[in-house]
Amino acid sequence: MENLKVNTHAEPTKQELFMRQHLRHHRQIALLRLLLLVLFLIVWEVSARTGVIDSFFFSSPCKVMLLLWEMCKDYSIFGHVGITLFETLVSFLLVFLVSLVTATLLWYSQKLSEILEPYLVVLNSLPKSALAPLFIVWLGTGTKTIIVAGISVAVFGSIISFYTAFRQCDPEKITLIYTLGGSRRDAFHKVVLPASVPLLLSTTKVNIGLALVGVIIGEFLAARRGLGYLIIYGSQVFQLNLVILNVLLLCIIAMGFYKGIQMIEHHIRKKMQL
Amino acid sequence: MTTPYMLRLQNINYSYHTLHGETNVLKDLSFDVKEGEFVAVVGSSGCGKSTLLSIIAGLLSPESGTIAVNNPDGSLHYPRVGYMLQHDHLFEWRSVYKNVILGLEINHMLTQERINYVNQLLQDYDLEQFRGKRPGELSGGMKQRAALIRTLALDPQLLLLDEPFSALDYQTRLSVSADICRLIRRTGKTMLLITHDLSEAISLADRVIVLSRRPATVKCEIPIHLTLTDDSPLAARNAPEFNSYFNRLWEEIKNGEP
Repeated sequence: MENLKVNTHAEPTKQELFMRQHLRHHRQIALLRLLLLVLFLIVWEVSARTGVIDSFFFSSPCKVMLLLWEMCKDYSIFGHVGITLFETLVSFLLVFLVSLVTATLLWYSQKLSEILEPYLVVLNSLPKSALAPLFIVWLGTGTKTIIVAGISVAVFGSIISFYTAFRQCDPEKITLIYTLGGSRRDAFHKVVLPASVPLLLSTTKVNIGLALVGVIIGEFLAARRGLGYLIIYGSQVFQLNLVILNVLLLCIIAMGFYKGIQMIEHHIRKKMQL
Repeated sequence: MTTPYMLRLQNINYSYHTLHGETNVLKDLSFDVKEGEFVAVVGSSGCGKSTLLSIIAGLLSPESGTIAVNNPDGSLHYPRVGYMLQHDHLFEWRSVYKNVILGLEINHMLTQERINYVNQLLQDYDLEQFRGKRPGELSGGMKQRAALIRTLALDPQLLLLDEPFSALDYQTRLSVSADICRLIRRTGKTMLLITHDLSEAISLADRVIVLSRRPATVKCEIPIHLTLTDDSPLAARNAPEFNSYFNRLWEEIKNGEP
């Protein structure tokens, strides 16, 4: 046995040991995360089958999967997921465009920003779900209303965040542009906008989540399709399997959006070498 | 026949207004800077030195008075001014090369001739191998050189330096300020340096202008002649005349009433 300890290979260096430990740590975390999910599902399934919880109200993983399989077979689920994804992405893109343009205008005109400030603050703190019934009356039920609902939740906060990001730019850097003979336009394009990119990206990450919230609120009230509609419908006819399936699908969608934005962020940061 | 002046300030007045009232910053301020001369402006802090530079650079308009260059009729005409700020303000999202051509880009002057000039400067200032690097990878001295190239790229007639090295630590500052000023002198440009550091003013400038307390006006002008023994950054500070200049400036600033 003693012979085994004689190492024919070179001793691992300190760096190699560190790398190994780092890798091991991350594997452990990933494994434990997965284990937690599996454990949760097992406990849920077992308690439903043994009657600890009432599977009529709390459903069970197997029932949810069975429902998903059925909805995949008749393709109905794809239409619902697709419309919710579409509405969320359109809301998100419009929020981004509208807040970028508005915040830019506010930056250009001190007067305009002072005039609009209280309105923005009020609109931002207003619970946007209160507006949804109005949108239905004005725009009817359908995709348009839901996209507007999605926009309304995110847009005011987004404008404020974008504008704040622009304002946080170092005034001396703007002075530098002026000393080089630049205009206010140059100051915006060469300094303010590139310097704000990290803050714009983090606001964007929040916005995609808010757009999803708005779209689901819209679908609760004014839709015949989409995950929000399925959740409301499922609760009204006491099909809790349907409700829980859709909540789980929303979890996956929210995570997908977050990861997507994170990848875009990573790409931009790498390109700008921030 | 005198040497043509690069800059003539005549009776410049400036005050700023707040809700609490009016503050006179500059009062009947007049002085000349000759072509190729290196002038330092000193004064107690808050006396309006930076306001003065902003006016000369055209960022602020004086309430009255004229700023003229090379035109004896006194008509208002700004010289082409290059401004070195307190920090280098190189943009981290641009490479060194992209940073130094920023002024050319803004003024739509990216001609082959200018680009060649910038490339020449990058080579002369030992920055050629760093042109693709980010500013964060440069030392304090190299950043200042890059900032200088950015300013020189527009071929200014007059260089304004607003305490340009004050963000550096003391040791770096001694060598960088000597280095940068040597490089500027080699271009033969006229320089106006604003500083609160008396030793810096004496060791770098041909002439020191002392401003009074607010409202600032020219208190006195002292030509500097130093006997240099070597060309190290500390040479000027070791010159035999240094201390007497220092004491004189100190006295002038201490009783700085207008």
